[in-house]
Amino acid sequence: MKLSEKILKTEEKATLNLRALYESYGYKKYKMQKFEEYDFYLENKSFLKTENIITFTDLTGKLMALKPDVTLSIVKNTKHDQSQKVYYSENVYRTSQGTREFKEIMQVGLEYIGDINTYETCEVIYLAAKSLELINKNYILDISHMAFVTGLLESENVGYENSQKLLKYISEKNQHEILSLCKDENLSDDFAQKLATLSLLYGSFESVLPKMKNLISNEKMEVAYSEIKTIYSALKELGIEKNVHLDFSIINDLDYYNGIIFQGFIENIPCNILSGGRYDNLVCKFGRDDGAIGFAVYFDILSMYDSSISKYDVDNLIIYDENADAISLLKEVNALTQKGETTKVQKEEIGKIKYKTLYKYTDGRLLEIEKND
Amino acid sequence: MRKMINIALPKGRLGEKVYNIFESLGYGCKEILENNRKLIFEDEKNGVRYFWVKPSDVAIYVERGAADVGVVGKDILLEYNPDIYELLDLNIGKCRVCVAAKNGFRDNREKTLKVATKFSNIAKKYYNSIGREIEIIKLNGSIELAPILNMSDVIVDIVETGTTLKENDLSVVTEIVDISARFISNKSSYKFKNEEISLMQEKIRSVIK
Repeated sequence: MKLSEKILKTEEKATLNLRALYESYGYKKYKMQKFEEYDFYLENKSFLKTENIITFTDLTGKLMALKPDVTLSIVKNTKHDQSQKVYYSENVYRTSQGTREFKEIMQVGLEYIGDINTYETCEVIYLAAKSLELINKNYILDISHMAFVTGLLESENVGYENSQKLLKYISEKNQHEILSLCKDENLSDDFAQKLATLSLLYGSFESVLPKMKNLISNEKMEVAYSEIKTIYSALKELGIEKNVHLDFSIINDLDYYNGIIFQGFIENIPCNILSGGRYDNLVCKFGRDDGAIGFAVYFDILSMYDSSISKYDVDNLIIYDENADAISLLKEVNALTQKGETTKVQKEEIGKIKYKTLYKYTDGRLLEIEKND
Repeated sequence: MRKMINIALPKGRLGEKVYNIFESLGYGCKEILENNRKLIFEDEKNGVRYFWVKPSDVAIYVERGAADVGVVGKDILLEYNPDIYELLDLNIGKCRVCVAAKNGFRDNREKTLKVATKFSNIAKKYYNSIGREIEIIKLNGSIELAPILNMSDVIVDIVETGTTLKENDLSVVTEIVDISARFISNKSSYKFKNEEISLMQEKIRSVIK
């Protein structure tokens, strides 16, 4: 019997498609062990953005944890003198947005660790865009550059606490709070206006690049700007520039991320389903002097908003009574399933099953009783 | 083709005021003024669909994408910290979140302070910032009653005019934060309906006082 795509849920189909995509670009599947020592996650808890980790004591008395994340383990297990191209498809255990309960979350992701040049950056961004496209043709990949944002913040003496607040306001596109904080703290008008403008910059590279250029205040921003420009020309050549936008309100943890960061959205899902970027700062904490870039796709969100679920439980429902001949009935059923129709046989009771066609098996024959379409 | 914008408005006086502003900017919807039991009001010509929700729920509707945009008090945003864009301060619905207590209240730092409030996160964050140990008593309404009955030492609540406080022999101890109505947007909608939402944002910005 041929494998029918019908039985796959959106997220299962997407997982397989993504794996095929990553394999074709030479990324190898990374299989993770189920548990890590709790200490390992504790040391890096700000990268995880959570302190909620499921822990237990192993047989030697060591405190272990159910993995809340895969990237950290990949970084830890990559040898220092090696570069690594891997992808993973793993369950992680975290508290889900909004709920205060643990959930098992399917994550598919891709990481490149090693020496990162323009090629590697463009390849990963391209694969992120293709990943979204495989899930839904109507997608948007938003790109920001951490150094461009932090470069602007560093152009004035802001202080740690205020810069954290400003980053939060930038991520909310919250111009009024940016302006009022700058006023309260006696920061220059020019700086305040630039920050406010930056937070609201959104759209195609073509429309945003000139506005971005006007904001450049130092060399750090200049370098980030030219990197963005390089990426734009690559996107144009690859023909995906229409779906990739600039958005400087994407903010990630400064302790781990630097350089390019991005988020992916697809239509009718209210939050981002893909997130990633350049995280040299993290690999640096593990003693490496090169870099890393990668992304993850959140399958819990995808399955939550899956609208492709079929209206029917089965294509055919067959009811039989005690007089029916078992073998000839099974032959009838086989004939239907071979046409690719799902078929369920029950004795008498219909129950609450939603079916396309209802048959009654009587006198050695299938009698169509009801058809829904 | 222009995409429809779904708008969540807070039930009550503030919501009506906001609707009038939206209507004056070309986002009217005649149905909404008819007195009926409908929950959703649509005007295809103006590209809008409105629904009234409990003020504290607006942010949830927007965060989950049931509404593309909405208008909500800053108090709700501070309390629930939703993942949304806060696009504009509308400068209406102004009030303050305050600590209030019975007249003549003196904070005795030797004991834990009992705080009655419906804004437990705002209260926690504020007392954390001044290093004061508290116990939160979470209430859903008539917060002013708690100190009068000696159930709590203070309350953390919204103060508009201060009349209710005065009539009950209560007074403001500290102002925590100024509040006003904010225009918010779902992050994904902002991208997929960018043209429509940006236009709406600019139109509203032009009439903010």
